[in-house]
Amino acid sequence: MTEKTKQGYYWLFLIPFIGTLIPPIYSKMDPQLFGLPYFYWYLILWIIITGIIGGIVYFLSEPKR
Amino acid sequence: MGVIHIKWQAFIIFLVLFVFVAGVGFWAARWRRGDLTLLDEWGLGGRRFGTWVTWFLLGGDLYTAYTFIAVPALVYGVGAFGFFAVPYTIVLYPIMYIVMPRLWRVCKANNFVTPSDFVKARFDSRSMSLAVAVTGILATMPYIALQLVGIQAVLVAMGINSTGVLKDLPLFIAFAILAAYTYTSGLRAPALTAVVKDILIYATVIVAVIAIPAKLGGFTHIFSVSQTALLAKKGNIILTPKLYGAFSTLALGSAFALLLYPHVITGTLSSKSGRTIERNSALLPLYSVALALLALLGFMALAAGIKTSVSSEVVPLLLLKTLPEWFVGIAFAAIAIGALVPAAIMSIAAANLFSRNVYKEFFNHGATTQQEAKVAKVTSLIVKLGALLFVVIIPLKYAIYLQTLGGIWILQTGPAIIGGLWTRWFHKKALLIGWFVGMAWGTYMAYTLKFASSTYDLRIFGKSELGYAAVYAVIANLVLVVILSAIFNAAKMSNGVDKTSASDYLPDAQIEPAKVR
Repeated sequence: MTEKTKQGYYWLFLIPFIGTLIPPIYSKMDPQLFGLPYFYWYLILWIIITGIIGGIVYFLSEPKR
Repeated sequence: MGVIHIKWQAFIIFLVLFVFVAGVGFWAARWRRGDLTLLDEWGLGGRRFGTWVTWFLLGGDLYTAYTFIAVPALVYGVGAFGFFAVPYTIVLYPIMYIVMPRLWRVCKANNFVTPSDFVKARFDSRSMSLAVAVTGILATMPYIALQLVGIQAVLVAMGINSTGVLKDLPLFIAFAILAAYTYTSGLRAPALTAVVKDILIYATVIVAVIAIPAKLGGFTHIFSVSQTALLAKKGNIILTPKLYGAFSTLALGSAFALLLYPHVITGTLSSKSGRTIERNSALLPLYSVALALLALLGFMALAAGIKTSVSSEVVPLLLLKTLPEWFVGIAFAAIAIGALVPAAIMSIAAANLFSRNVYKEFFNHGATTQQEAKVAKVTSLIVKLGALLFVVIIPLKYAIYLQTLGGIWILQTGPAIIGGLWTRWFHKKALLIGWFVGMAWGTYMAYTLKFASSTYDLRIFGKSELGYAAVYAVIANLVLVVILSAIFNAAKMSNGVDKTSASDYLPDAQIEPAKVR
């Protein structure tokens, strides 16, 4: 089962779930950014973080050839 | 209404772009030539799409015109709650990364075209396979109809579409063109037209989020006006605690549901490797940024004083009010083409399901691959005609109701499709019963909400918890599947023969060219 190692980084994917699916941690007005309440720019920031996490998992799981 | 007031500048630019896209759609048949009389070529583009094509195709597939119209409209109507689309399209990608390459590999190894093919082979169950196919087709139909609503909305805003018996003629023409090029080019057509759509969408988003706030006095002002306007209709610019559960379950449930829709599975199966899908799971979030920025248009509409009771008109009216007319033509073309791309993929996906899992399975067992493709092509026409008649004849609200139901229904195929990718411990009869109960209870919940909403107030353990009905239904579904599987397996009830093998699911360095295209 050498493929097992490829999936060893999947736990990183838990991070976006914790970051975005618990509204009490981010449903606030302040601090604001460019006039956007925290709620909005926080979630937009998480889109980018999730993309980066996807990229990290992708490169870490690059098959050895 | 009465007097027809056509916005010529916008309309001419719209028309030019539309004709161009139609040309691209027809030309697509010659692109990466394949034998289009085979279902694998017509309905999956030969499973050869690389990273870029897959990116555009899935971008067009997941972020539809309806999304771009409906999400800002929801924000306009209720405020922060409408932003659930953002966490939804965030958690979507980790799930996609883990689930879809595995599904791709087993489908490639066994020549499956649809999720029903997989379920049939994995669980040796024609009835569960039929359940998956029927659920998929039922959930897709209203979704196609809603894409038409996107086209209709921009036509109406341009002053087209408001005269007597011919009022739906432009919509018919648009759809006839779509039907014709989908018929001839198959999945290659939406893949190529998606490129044009995306360029237009990104241009629109960038201009809209810079120009409109500047014109309206900045985001601080937009949000303060929105707060006043929303409080008057019981909305809020910040999520209130009582909506936390609904917000999260709607995001999570919608993410799983989206990946189970036939058009999304068709889109992913058309890529050339599991690795391509993984790469795209990291690249696709860029579209979510566009979606989040577009969602903010809802607040801009409130601040701009847009007053309408027709939700699909919120975005078109805002653009017309705040941007130069020629640019609105581009934005409207983006929305209309953004409707054609997913509508094409959806009709192909529904057609694949019908042809493979209903027609061949139950009516013509010896059908050749050519017959299969022929039936799929004709079905794609019928599906689109059905959606068109739906929009023209039946009041719009029913299409929206059915779309709500569709999301609840499609999630009920999750235990068989996603669960089946990792385990065969689930008993096929347990899956069927779980699916049935999930469908029935989900429909009942939607019924008690008069189909107007999908967040259900579940009373459990003396408390009441507001959450996405689809999630409640699929939890019941899963619990039943687990309990019944334990019983049926213990009773040694026959569970058929698995026609897939363990190695089908695993990555194979041989079929994974590492080069990025």
